[in-house]
Amino acid sequence: MTRVASEALLEQDLASMKPLQGSLLEGRSLKSRIYTGITWGLAILASLPLFSVLYMLIAKGGARINWETLTALPPAAFEFGGGIGPAIVGTAIMVGIGSAISIPIGILAAIYLAEVAPHSKLAETARFLAKVLTGFPSILAGVFVYAVLVVSMKTYSAWAGGIALAVLMLPTIILTAEETLKQVPQKMKDAAYGMGCTRAQVVAAVTLPTGLPGVITGVLLAVAGAAGESAPLLFTALFSTYYVNGLEGLGQPTASLSILIYNFSGMPYDNQIELAWAASLVLVLIILVFNILARVLGRQKF
Amino acid sequence: MNATAEAGLIESTLLERNRNMDTNRETQMDTDRDDHQSRTSTPDSITAAAAWHVDPQQTVMDCRLNKIFYGDFLAVRDSLVPIEKNKITGFIGPSGCGKSTVLRSLNRMNDLIPVFRFEGTVTYHGQDIYDKSIDPVLVRRYIGMVFQQPNPFSMSIYDNVAFGLRLNRFKGDMNERVEKALRSAALWNEVKDKLKNSGLSLSGGQQQRLCIARAVATEPDVLLMDEPCSALDPIATRQVEELMLELKENYTVALVTHNMQQATRVADTTAFFSVDISEGGRTGYLVEMGDTQQIFADPREKLTREYIAGEFS
Repeated sequence: MTRVASEALLEQDLASMKPLQGSLLEGRSLKSRIYTGITWGLAILASLPLFSVLYMLIAKGGARINWETLTALPPAAFEFGGGIGPAIVGTAIMVGIGSAISIPIGILAAIYLAEVAPHSKLAETARFLAKVLTGFPSILAGVFVYAVLVVSMKTYSAWAGGIALAVLMLPTIILTAEETLKQVPQKMKDAAYGMGCTRAQVVAAVTLPTGLPGVITGVLLAVAGAAGESAPLLFTALFSTYYVNGLEGLGQPTASLSILIYNFSGMPYDNQIELAWAASLVLVLIILVFNILARVLGRQKF
Repeated sequence: MNATAEAGLIESTLLERNRNMDTNRETQMDTDRDDHQSRTSTPDSITAAAAWHVDPQQTVMDCRLNKIFYGDFLAVRDSLVPIEKNKITGFIGPSGCGKSTVLRSLNRMNDLIPVFRFEGTVTYHGQDIYDKSIDPVLVRRYIGMVFQQPNPFSMSIYDNVAFGLRLNRFKGDMNERVEKALRSAALWNEVKDKLKNSGLSLSGGQQQRLCIARAVATEPDVLLMDEPCSALDPIATRQVEELMLELKENYTVALVTHNMQQATRVADTTAFFSVDISEGGRTGYLVEMGDTQQIFADPREKLTREYIAGEFS
């Protein structure tokens, strides 16, 4: 209870004073506290899986993170040492191929959906299909590319792996880019049109630069997602214990982190299992970096 | 788009008032109404409606707006609006009377609305800008526009002003032109030390002056201003008005304003539009056009007098 300069308090003030002092134990306030506490608890619970996975990976794989692990070839059966170098490079190459295909197509498609003909039949169809594709089981992308490319080329390859990843990245890029491009205020586009810009100039000079942070976020999230995919690569890139060897190497089976984890974790050798843990940690860190980048670069708002 | 939103807002009040006015007119002024009807439905009555003759040598744009449609909706009809060189032509009238539509038709901004349809001619230095051979994009490079809401691009102040120059592949001294444009928009002293800052970091009034600088940087012939002060406070409004008076030395300005005081302060010529709901739609048309002094002191039309007296808005 606070006392408001009691001497100056006049009698009529006392008479018209309102009960403003609250009590922590009063029902209303108590309930509010309990609900706040519950949301705190659940928020912590929700982040528990991520932190426990990270903790486990660091505990089990952290010890093996060193230069040899990151660069050396995978060990053979009873060999000691070795590393996951080819898998890191392979993942990077296939995600690179996937990005090179899906980023231009995705952004151009998004421009069509957001700017060129948003209400056309083609746009409605493309938008619907992209949404369906986001929920597409990733293994089916692998099976599709297997049937189309691997069978006809008669070999597993980094190309096939990259294309399967592109199929999975495309809808994420299209839909996030469309969403951000649509958020660019019409009045900014009007200003550009009013100065005598063609539609292409409006898109290139105003819509894309203004929406860029959001587009980049979408692209990086798609990249992070693709880096962690394993099912589509199983049917397309398979695995290899060697580094990709030049351009021709892209036409041959290629290692990737996710398949390495899958292969090595099932082996009865401690060395391989340790490497699988290390590879898991590397993979999670790569994905984490892309997610953080997406947040940092996407922060800029118009 | 704006016009329709606006129209929706005031629809009820305006409808009611106009209905009252219509009944008044029906009972009291049968002759006047007949007059009015015949004037607006026959082609040569357009000239009568304007009854405002200017020296053809002095007009930059000669706008014969027979019919402007959005889909099936007839937004504006039968209006003849000459725009004179180095003058400010003000467009006033109640909300939804199509004054913004008329303005946006003058540089083919309305072409961006898919359902827009125009009947008539807009002669700009002897060429009809609605002719099939005309590229609307090129029209807009000579007939610039300043919008109701300040709309700087999400780039630096400098780049905002240089935007149109780069668009036109300007080869001269870019810095000089940017400075000149910012000076003529009375913004230079406030921003000269922060040209690299985002245009969006400025205050509303500064943003609008930046938009004016951006529009005048390419030295267009005509500047269309669509209620440029409606989002500004009185001080910024005053600055922009002073700016307009300076700009008319070098440019021809057409100004839509909702504010009659603004029209009396800056416009040389005023066009009064009103909205006609007699045929079921809400069609805007030019009621009267003339010298600003005459329009406000001694309007020829009863409708103009009522509007200026504040009997409806």
